[in-house]
Amino acid sequence: MYPTKYHKAASIDDAVAALGAGEEALVLAGGQTLLATMKQHLASPSDLVDIRAIDGMSGVSTDGDMLVIGAATTHAEVAGSADVQRLCPALAGLARGIGDPAVRHVGTIGGSIANNDPAADYPAGLLALGATVVTSKRQIGADDFFQGLFTTALDDDEVITSVRIPAASRAGYAKFRQPASLFALVGVFAAQGAGGTRVAVTGAGEDGVFRHVGLEAALGADWSAAAAGGVGVASEGLLADIHASAEYRANLIGVMAKRAVEAS
Amino acid sequence: MTPKDLPHLPPSEPAFAGFRGTAAPCLTLTVNGREHSVVADPTDRLSLVLRDCLGLAGLKQGCLEGECGACTVLVDGEPVNSCLILVFQVQGRSITTVEGLEAPDGTLSPLQKAFVEHGAVQCGYCTPGMVMAAQGLLNRNPSPDEREIRHALGGNLCRCTGFQGIVDAILSQAAQ
Repeated sequence: MYPTKYHKAASIDDAVAALGAGEEALVLAGGQTLLATMKQHLASPSDLVDIRAIDGMSGVSTDGDMLVIGAATTHAEVAGSADVQRLCPALAGLARGIGDPAVRHVGTIGGSIANNDPAADYPAGLLALGATVVTSKRQIGADDFFQGLFTTALDDDEVITSVRIPAASRAGYAKFRQPASLFALVGVFAAQGAGGTRVAVTGAGEDGVFRHVGLEAALGADWSAAAAGGVGVASEGLLADIHASAEYRANLIGVMAKRAVEAS
Repeated sequence: MTPKDLPHLPPSEPAFAGFRGTAAPCLTLTVNGREHSVVADPTDRLSLVLRDCLGLAGLKQGCLEGECGACTVLVDGEPVNSCLILVFQVQGRSITTVEGLEAPDGTLSPLQKAFVEHGAVQCGYCTPGMVMAAQGLLNRNPSPDEREIRHALGGNLCRCTGFQGIVDAILSQAAQ
């Protein structure tokens, strides 16, 4: 790793100030991606701003039927939360399936969505559930938050503080793991609730997580695995790499959509 | 080896991490129930400080990217990759390394003995991480079944041989 400075932020204002003052300061949450990236010299932040000790940054609470998850809440805490299991068991299952136990006990929901890895699980869940990302300066709907590979609507000096997730009446998530990395080769999160029927796909899009309008229309009319299976998924705009061709990913989207509905 | 065995580290002096650390801040770490003062650089991983400052060389720094799990230790009882967490991130947390499982007289813990008895070791490089991942599982779930054990070992790689001996060793420790 290149040299850097470490700041332990005591408040959100403190974190924002440290991010603004550093030449190339980055937020450090769990660091499960960032520290590996720094080791590979793909990132060399001048300053790391640790936000986990800020009051209210961790933990799950509810606001009516809305889940409010602090940005520094770990995947294991989300998976084990009674509120998440009650209001959105599919999201608890998603968190339980991220990476491996060591990652789940340190990695955070805020870190995952801020990184917006094209194969990460949370972006699919948040996009399908119509979540709102709350930051140090505003609230951003999931549709506007995720903007492409490793790209989000966040400004350089903006810190995610929590995620607000409306309860869905039906929701399911299924993924096909890339066996070596355990990341989603393709993951599909399907949800139905006040915001209508929303289907989000991770691991497959050239521009990262995306909603599939064909699956949404089919499942909006008939919430069944058969309806999902009847949708033709085109391979245009899908990733192709050594792990899978675009055509194979297109097929997997259909299969994972069926499994997501079956799991709901 | 424990810190008291390191002749060049008088107990009153903070251990020295790395060679850039002359102006680096000092912090207190709680490891295996004992508090240690260490001087660390902001980029020092927990794994480096445990091995090079405190002499706890049981954990292995395999990939330094969180892929192999050979550096697994417990933080507040839960398994983490000590190579993927900065030492400054674990101030105030309770850290347990594989050295912390054995009794003060060096007697192995029942889980460690089970690894020996089931031949769950070939080259031994992954073993400390395997043992700590298993201990983390047993802390949370004293009676895991084989599927839960394999799930808990998802982040720990053994490249010598099959995982069966390791799974059998852990299964033998599951409460009946």
